[in-house]
Amino acid sequence: MSDAIFMVLMAMLGGAIRVSTPFLLVALGETLTEKSGRINLGLEGNLVLGAMIAYATSYSTGSPWLGVLAAGLAGMVLSAGHGWICKLPKVNDIAVGIAFMNLGTGLAFFFGKPFIQPTAPRLDAIALGAWSSNPQVQQALKVNPLFFVGLGLAVLLWWMLKNTRWGLIIRMTGDSAASARAMGVSVDRVRLLATSAGGFFAGIGGAFLSLYYPGSWSESLSSGQGLMAVALVIFARWNPIRCVWAALLFGASGALGPALQSIGFSKGYYFFNAAPYILTLVIMVLSARSQKAAHEAPGELSIVK
Amino acid sequence: MTMTSLSRRSLLKSGAAALAASALPLGAARAQDGITIGAIYVGPRDDFGWNQSHAAAMDILREVPGVSVVEEENVPETDAVAKSMESMINLDGANLILATSFGYYNPFVLDVAAKYPEVQLRHCAPLWNPDTDPKNAGSYFSYLNQAHYVNGVAAGLSSASGKLGFIAAKPVQTVLSNCNSFLLGARSVNPNATVQVIFTGSWSMPVREAEATNALIDADCDVISCHVDSPKVVIETAEARGVKSCGHNADQRALAPNGFITGAESKWSTTYKIYAEALMSGETVPNLIAGGYHNDMVMNTPFGAGATPEAITAAGAAIEALKGGKPIYVGPLKDNTGKLVIEGEMDNYAPELEKMNYLLDGVIGSTT
Repeated sequence: MSDAIFMVLMAMLGGAIRVSTPFLLVALGETLTEKSGRINLGLEGNLVLGAMIAYATSYSTGSPWLGVLAAGLAGMVLSAGHGWICKLPKVNDIAVGIAFMNLGTGLAFFFGKPFIQPTAPRLDAIALGAWSSNPQVQQALKVNPLFFVGLGLAVLLWWMLKNTRWGLIIRMTGDSAASARAMGVSVDRVRLLATSAGGFFAGIGGAFLSLYYPGSWSESLSSGQGLMAVALVIFARWNPIRCVWAALLFGASGALGPALQSIGFSKGYYFFNAAPYILTLVIMVLSARSQKAAHEAPGELSIVK
Repeated sequence: MTMTSLSRRSLLKSGAAALAASALPLGAARAQDGITIGAIYVGPRDDFGWNQSHAAAMDILREVPGVSVVEEENVPETDAVAKSMESMINLDGANLILATSFGYYNPFVLDVAAKYPEVQLRHCAPLWNPDTDPKNAGSYFSYLNQAHYVNGVAAGLSSASGKLGFIAAKPVQTVLSNCNSFLLGARSVNPNATVQVIFTGSWSMPVREAEATNALIDADCDVISCHVDSPKVVIETAEARGVKSCGHNADQRALAPNGFITGAESKWSTTYKIYAEALMSGETVPNLIAGGYHNDMVMNTPFGAGATPEAITAAGAAIEALKGGKPIYVGPLKDNTGKLVIEGEMDNYAPELEKMNYLLDGVIGSTT
C-alpha cells in the first residue's frame, strides 16, 4: 500500500512539473496584463497559436529554441492587437479577448494543417533525478528548461512589480488610471506593452505544449488550458509567486486521474479526471467570497469596477 | 384572389414541368460523367487516427477511374454536418456521402437522406435500422477488435514483462471489445499476460493521454496500445520512454522507429470500392457492410522494429486463423469482477458480443 501511495505521489510530482509549465506561463502573462488594468481572455488563442508556430518553426528550421522564440513573438503580435483595439473608446476588453481567442485558435488551425502529420525536433529535458536509483523518481525529475524559465520569470515579475519604477507604473495604471495620467504616464501605452509582453509569455507556454509535453501539434492540444490559467490568476490574487503554486497544484491534480488508475484504483475515474476543473470551480467560489481577494484586485479591471 | 390562385397554380405547373424536364437528362448526364463521392470528417484528415483511416481509403478511391472525391474536415456533430452534406449534394453533385463520425447519424444523416432520396448516404457505425430508417441510408463498420487481437498476439511475444498497457477513451462496447481482444491475443501466447487499462474519459485529450502513457510505464507496462481518436501522442510518448507500442486506426509506424510492433487498422477502401462499383454499374448500393479479416475489412500495420521474430510468425498465423473464422472469445471467460460472462465459443460476429460492457479477467481496470 505504501508503495502505491509513493507511486501516486511521484506521479503527481512528475505531473505537476510536466503539466504545470503552460499554466504557469499563461498565468504570468495574464497577471502582468491584469496588473496594468486590462483583462485579456484571448490567451487561450496565444497558447494554441504559439503551439502551432513553435512546432512549424521547429519543423522547418530544425531548431526547437527558434520555435520557442517564434511562438513568443506570435503571441506578442496577437496580444498587441488586443492591446491596440482595447485603447479605442468604448471597447470592452473581455469581448475583444474572446474574439482574439477565436482568432488565435482559428489561425492556428488554418495554418497548422500541414504540421499535424510531421514530427518536429523537440526540446530536451534536464535529468535532475540522476542521483536516485529509482526509475520513477528519475522520470518525475526530468525537467524541461522552460519550467525554470517560468519559475525565474515569476520571481522576476514579482520583484519587478514590487521594487522597480516600471513595476510601480504598471501597478498605478492598473489601480487608478486617473492618477497615472496625472503623473504624465500614457495609460494606453503601458497597457499595450504589458498586454504584449503577457502575450509573449503565453505564446511560449504554447511552445511547451507542442515541443515538449505532450510534444506534438494537434488541434485538441490545449483543451482549454489557457482559459483555466486565466482563472488561476484570480486564485493567485495577481501575485506571480502564488501563480507558481497554483500552476503546480493544477498540474498535480491533472495527474491524479491516470495515476490512480495505474495503481489499480480505477473506480470513479470520471470524477478524478475532472479534478482540475472541480478545483477551478471550488477556487473561484472561495476566492470570490473572500473580501481580501476583492481588495487585491487591480482597481481598473472591468470586472472589478 | 383569382389572380393569385391562378398564378400560383401556373407557377407550380411550370415549375414541375421544368423540374421533370431537367431532372431526367441531368441524371443521365451524371451517370455518364462518372460519380462523385463525398466524405465528411469530424477532425483533420491527417490526424494519425480515425479520420486518417478514412482519408487514406478516399485517397485509394481517388485513383479509381470515373470516381471523383470531395472531402470536408473538422465538421462538428451539429447542424453543420447537415449543411456540409447538402452542399456536397447541391454544389458538388455527390451521389454518395460517407458520414464518418458517430454523432452525424441521428438526426442529420436521417434528415438529409429523407430530403434527398436520390442520393445515397452511408454512416460509419452500426446504427442503420432497416425497418425505420430511409432506404437510401445505411451503415458500414469493421470489427477492429480482430486486428487488436493480432496486436495482442504480437505484443505478448514482444513484451519482456507480460504487462501490457491500454489507454482507452471511453468505456463503450467497441473500446472494451478492442481491449478484451488485445488481452485474449496476448493470453493466447502468454497465459500470464495482463492488460492494464486507463480511461481518459475523452476521445481526444493529448495532455491526459501523455499522462496516462507515463503512468502505465511507471506501473511497469512495457507495451502500450490504445483506443483514442489520435494515437500519435501515445505512440510518441511510449517511444520517448523506450517502451514498445501497438497502433490503432491508422499507420503509426513512422512515429516509433524503435518500438513499434504492429497496429490495428480498418480497411475502409474495401467498402468504398464496393460502393463505387455499385454506383458506376447502376446496381443497388448495399445498405449494410460489416466485417473483419474474413472479408478484408481490417488489417494490421506492417511490423515495426519492436516486433520480435516469434511475434511476427505468431501474428501472421493468427491472421490466417481469423480469416478462417477462428473465434476470439472462447468460454468459459470471466470478467474482472469474477462473473462468468462468456460460456461457450462465440462467433466473431456474434450479436451477444455487441452488448459487451465488461473487462475480462486479466484486464486491470474498471469501466466506471
